[in-house]
Formats: sequence, C-alpha cells, structure tokens
Amino acid sequence: MSRRRLFAIARKEVIQLARDPRSLVLAFLLPLLLVLVFGYAITLDVRDIRLAVLDLDATSESRRLVDAFAESGYFSVRRRLERYGDAEPVLVAGQASAVLVIPRDFAADVAARRGAPVQLLLDGSDANTATIAMGYADAIMSGFAADVLPIRDVFLAVEAETRVWYNQTLESRNMIVPGLIAVLMSIIAAMLTSLTIAREWERGTMEQLVATPVHRLEVVFGKLLPYVGIGLVDVALASAVGVFLFGVPLRGSAALLLAASVLFLLGAQGLGIFLSAALRSQVLATQAAIMVTYLPSLLLSGFVFAIANMPAALQVVSYAVPARYFITVTRGIFLKAVGLEALLGSLIGLAIYSAIGLGLAARAFRKEIA
Amino acid sequence: MTRLSPFRIRQIVRKEVRQLLRDPRSRPILFVAPVVQLLLFGYAVNTDVRSTPLAVLDLDRSAASRELVDELVAAGYFETVIQADRPRELVEALDRGQALIALEVPPRFSRDLASGRGAAVQLLVDGTDSNTGTIALGHARRTILAYSLEKGGLGESLAIGPRLEPRAWFNPSLESRVYNVPGVIGILILLMCLLLTSFSVVRERELGTLDQLRVSPVKPAELILGKTIPVAVVALIDLALITAVGTAWFDIPLKGSPLVLLAASLLFILSGLAAGLLISTVSKTQQEAFLTMYLVLLPSIILSGFFFPIHSMPELFQWVSFLNPVRYFLEIVRAIFLKGAGPVVLWPQFSALLILGTAGIAVAIRRFARSIA
Repeated sequence: MSRRRLFAIARKEVIQLARDPRSLVLAFLLPLLLVLVFGYAITLDVRDIRLAVLDLDATSESRRLVDAFAESGYFSVRRRLERYGDAEPVLVAGQASAVLVIPRDFAADVAARRGAPVQLLLDGSDANTATIAMGYADAIMSGFAADVLPIRDVFLAVEAETRVWYNQTLESRNMIVPGLIAVLMSIIAAMLTSLTIAREWERGTMEQLVATPVHRLEVVFGKLLPYVGIGLVDVALASAVGVFLFGVPLRGSAALLLAASVLFLLGAQGLGIFLSAALRSQVLATQAAIMVTYLPSLLLSGFVFAIANMPAALQVVSYAVPARYFITVTRGIFLKAVGLEALLGSLIGLAIYSAIGLGLAARAFRKEIA
Repeated sequence: MTRLSPFRIRQIVRKEVRQLLRDPRSRPILFVAPVVQLLLFGYAVNTDVRSTPLAVLDLDRSAASRELVDELVAAGYFETVIQADRPRELVEALDRGQALIALEVPPRFSRDLASGRGAAVQLLVDGTDSNTGTIALGHARRTILAYSLEKGGLGESLAIGPRLEPRAWFNPSLESRVYNVPGVIGILILLMCLLLTSFSVVRERELGTLDQLRVSPVKPAELILGKTIPVAVVALIDLALITAVGTAWFDIPLKGSPLVLLAASLLFILSGLAAGLLISTVSKTQQEAFLTMYLVLLPSIILSGFFFPIHSMPELFQWVSFLNPVRYFLEIVRAIFLKGAGPVVLWPQFSALLILGTAGIAVAIRRFARSIA
C-alpha cells in the first residue's frame, strides 16, 4: 500500500465532500442535533405519575394521606372520583395511571389500630411504570404508617445500607446520553459511507478510479479516512453536548473514548461501503442497511432493554451487534471511569467487527472493479 | 377533480405488483423479515427486572447470612453469579458489568442479629442502567425489610398500622413484554410502509419511466392510488401475520375486538403510506428519499411512547408527538390488547390517524400533480 496514493484518494474525497455542502452539513450537524433533541426529550424517570383519588372517608386523616402522595413529587393528583365504578373507565381511558382508594372507615381503623388497608389500583399494562409507582407508593405508605403508629422508631433487625454507584441519583439521562451517542453513531456511520460509493457510480467516476493504478485497499482506506475523521468530530461534539449541556459526567479517559470510536467507525463505515458496493441496487442497499443497523442498534444493544434480561439465545445474537460493544464502552468511560482492562472484551469485539467490516468492503470492491 | 377510472388504477396496481415481486431478493424482505424481526425483538423488549446478576461477599458465612441470600434469590429477582472472597472482587464485578448489584454481609452479621443490637448489610447498585437499578434496588430493599421484620418479630405490629394493597389491573403479573410487543408491531409496519413507498415515485423519476407515465392517460391521483394499494395489501398481510405470530408466540392476550384492531390497523397503514408518499414526492433523488426516510424514522420511534413514556417528555415534545401516527397506533393497540377498550374510548386516536392519513395522501397527490404538470 502506498501512502501517497492513499492520501491522494483521501484528499479527493475531502475535496468532493467540501463541494457538496449539503452532505457536509448533514455529516457534522445531524448527530449533534439529534443528541441535543433526544437528550432533552427523552427520559425514563418516572415522575408525576397521574393519580386519581377516590376518598370515601373524607376525614383529615385520609386527606393527610392524599397530601403525602401529592407532596412526594412522584404522583400528581389529576382527578377526584366519586364512586368505585369510576376507577375502571379512568384507567381504561388512560386518564390516570393509578387510582388510590381510601375506604370509608379509614380514619376509624387507623385510630383503632385495626390495620387500615388502602387500595392502589395500577394500570398494569405499562408494567415498568406500574412497578416503579408501586415502589414509590410503598415508601410513602411506610412513612405515613410510621407517623401515625405509636411505635416511634420501628426497630429494624437488619438495616440495608445502600449505595448506588456510577449514577448516584439514578437519573436516566446519565444512562441515555452515552447510549444515545453510540446508537446515533451506529445509525449514521454506515449511512454516510454508503452514500459515497453510490455517488461514484452515479457520476460515472468509478470507471476513472478503476483505470488509475490505485490498489483496492487504498481506495477503501482512502475513502474511509475523511469519514472516520468526521465521525470522530461527531463523537467529540456529541460528548461535549452531553457533558456541558446535560451535565453527564465524563469520568474516564477521553482519549480511550476516541480510540474506541476509531475502531467502531472503521467497522461501521466499512460495512456501509460493503453494502453499497455489494448490492448494486440502491433500494436494496438501503433496505439492507436499515434492517442491519437501525432496529438492532436500538433494541439489541442494551440501549434501553437490558441485555441481561434477554433469553440466552438472543444474548448470543446481540454479540453480532456492534452498538452493544460501543454502548458498553461509552457508558463505561462516561459513568464508571473504567479503563482498558475492564473494557478489553468490548474493545476486542469492536476490533473483530471492524476487521470484518473492512475485509468485506475490500472484497466487495474487488468484485466491483473486476 | 375529474372522475377516477377503476380500470386505469387496476392497470397501475398490476404493474406495481409485478415490480414488487419481480426481484427474488426482495420477496423475503416483504414477508419473512417482519416475522423474523418480531421474533427477535419481541424477546428483546423486556424491562422486567428478574434474575438480576448478583455478586455476594459473605464475610460471615453463617446460617443467618445464607438465609438472607437465599431469600433474595428465592423470589426470582436475583441470581447469584459471583461468590466473592474479597471486597475488591465486588468492585471488579460491578466495574466489568458482570453483576449489577452486590451484597456485602459483614463478619459480625449473625452475632449482631442475635444480640438484638441490629445488624447491617451493604448493597451496592450499578446505577448506569437507571431503570434496572431503581427496580432492582426496590426488590432488594423489600426482601431485606421482610427478612428483617421476620427476624425482629415485628410482623404483627405492622399489621395494626395502615397498609397499602396494590393491585395491577389489565396485567396482574406486570409483564412488560405484553406492553412492548405491540410497540414492535407498530414500528415494523411503519418501517415496511416507508421502505415500500418512499422510493416508489422518485425511482420512476430517476429511471425516466415517469415521463412514459406522464404521456399516458393516467391521472396523478390514479397513479398514486395504484402505487399505494399493493403496498397497503402487503402491509396488511404483514400486520395480520405478525399480530398472529406475536400473540400466539408471546402469549399476549387480545381482550378487545379483532374488528376494532383491524380498523385501527387500516387507519395506521393509511397514515404510514401517506408518510412514505410524502417523502417520495418531496425528494428529487432516491438518495434524498433514503436520507429523509432515515431521519423521519428515528423521531417516529423515539417520540412514539414505545420505550420512552410520552407524559415524561417536555411539553414541546409532547406536542410534536401529536403528529406521529405511531403514537396513536400504540395507544390504540395497547388499549385494545390489554384493556379491551373499544371505539367509545379510542375515538380521538382513530380520528387523529384518519386525519393524518387522508391529509398526507391528499398533499402527496397535489404535490405530485404539480410536479409532473
């Protein structure tokens, strides 16, 4: 491989990119914009759970309990119901996620220490929100019980001292933003390069390229270089947005993050070249690209749905999804401050992936030219 | 508008069907890919926090400490993956992500417990995945509290105080898959509609066959309808196929009426096709169509309520999501499947889909008519 020819191809690619301001803007601004918009828009935090209240007791005691729910910050009282029969329509129509039912003799039962049951009806269709709401309600109720019970300090035989690591407040943004960077780069990287080969064919310059003495590896690498550069800038910009705008901590080494990004980008963009060179039809290439990168990156990468929860067979499948490794790396570096040692497995995964991506790209190219 | 000719529409439909099925490579994409994807992703979309990997450092090694660990594992929420000997190993297990939660039982645990002084254990939680962390922490705390009350003989005194009786309706076992599989169905159908229609007009334009169509007596509306009908049929077959597979395979109960579901599906496909046709008539080249589709797809998924709840989003994005057909489809499908809701409750979502679909197709036809005039 000649370094001179390699850089000549890279220079040509840069010049071509610079003359096409639209794709340049797209390449630089798109990831930034998406991180900005989605980082702001999406959250998994369950706050302000919509609560409907059916207070059949209507005493100061029952109102105190309702206030305890309202003031917790986790529930917001949206509706007051009159009859038990109203609970179902409210939940079916989704006007509330939970209904708190305080029975008629609540205050009397509390005073008599007969054990006063309070019902919480949850819309279980959204299991995640319901589970979390149940936990919050439990805590609120225990607090209320401790208040009204005469035993002041309920003695606990075993106390659980909990400490949350890496993300002390359990804020979902800290989990989403590093994941988002990885997912967006997986989706965009292949797209950027799949366009460059398509462009050569469209403009008829591919034949000229074939007629020159460049080796196919030089073409593949030369074309990749500028895009890897762009991808790195994208990662850096998106990370900056995460850190400075969303307050996500970057605890680990930024250099390691960039190094891992290079590995990832080489693979993803190599794959883009392979797809567009191998499937001559643009429509097919895009269909394939979307099937291969889009949904797997979102759903099988551990971005939202934890890989540990998947059945074993699917966990094996997820090893073929590069976003999986990249997410482990971004989250590990951003939140856990782990280094090379803990990330070795993922980095090896990324290296294998990029070797495959580049190899496929080079092979497809040879067939193309022949 | 002059009257449409059913004959000419039929001719366009025939041409489109031939084009769709001609390439043998595209046939599996039409009918097999959606089913395979549903089976794959149906398993993935699971937020139930069960069998969370647990690392245990038991420095006490007593019957009491083993009992505590057994209690944690017995409920099915945790699975011991690592038995550590030194604190250092707990840190490593969390750092490497081998365990998401770690329990440290101090050496004096059973003695403290027996003496009545009160014992303490340490729980370390990996907060990287905030959702799993929150739920796993809740499970662990509840289990330890129950253990603690039992050991402290406090089970009775708590029974005299006010207590909460939670009941989950519609999905008593709180399985998240039941809620999420309909989401996957919606996304897959949207993807199908976009893939098949985004290129339909723009490809004819690039190949130059649009000119041939222009000199034929076919009217723009007839052309658009003729192009849309076969895709609608394919999408409907796909939808029936993956709904059947999804409900049977993943055991998702259909409480509502299948007819209402069919009506909702037709409306959703209509709006999906409208989105694709709009992309196709707005774009000048196939590449542009591809890029636009790529960009439209992401917000359609992320702002649909599929995995990020809409009511937690900032107001502005809640407004934006009103333009997203997937949002309405998900609301409808989840309500039909799990709550058995009918049109009486769901009419706002039905009307929204109808408006988005018809308006989109009307705009697409107008733009197209102007562009070839």
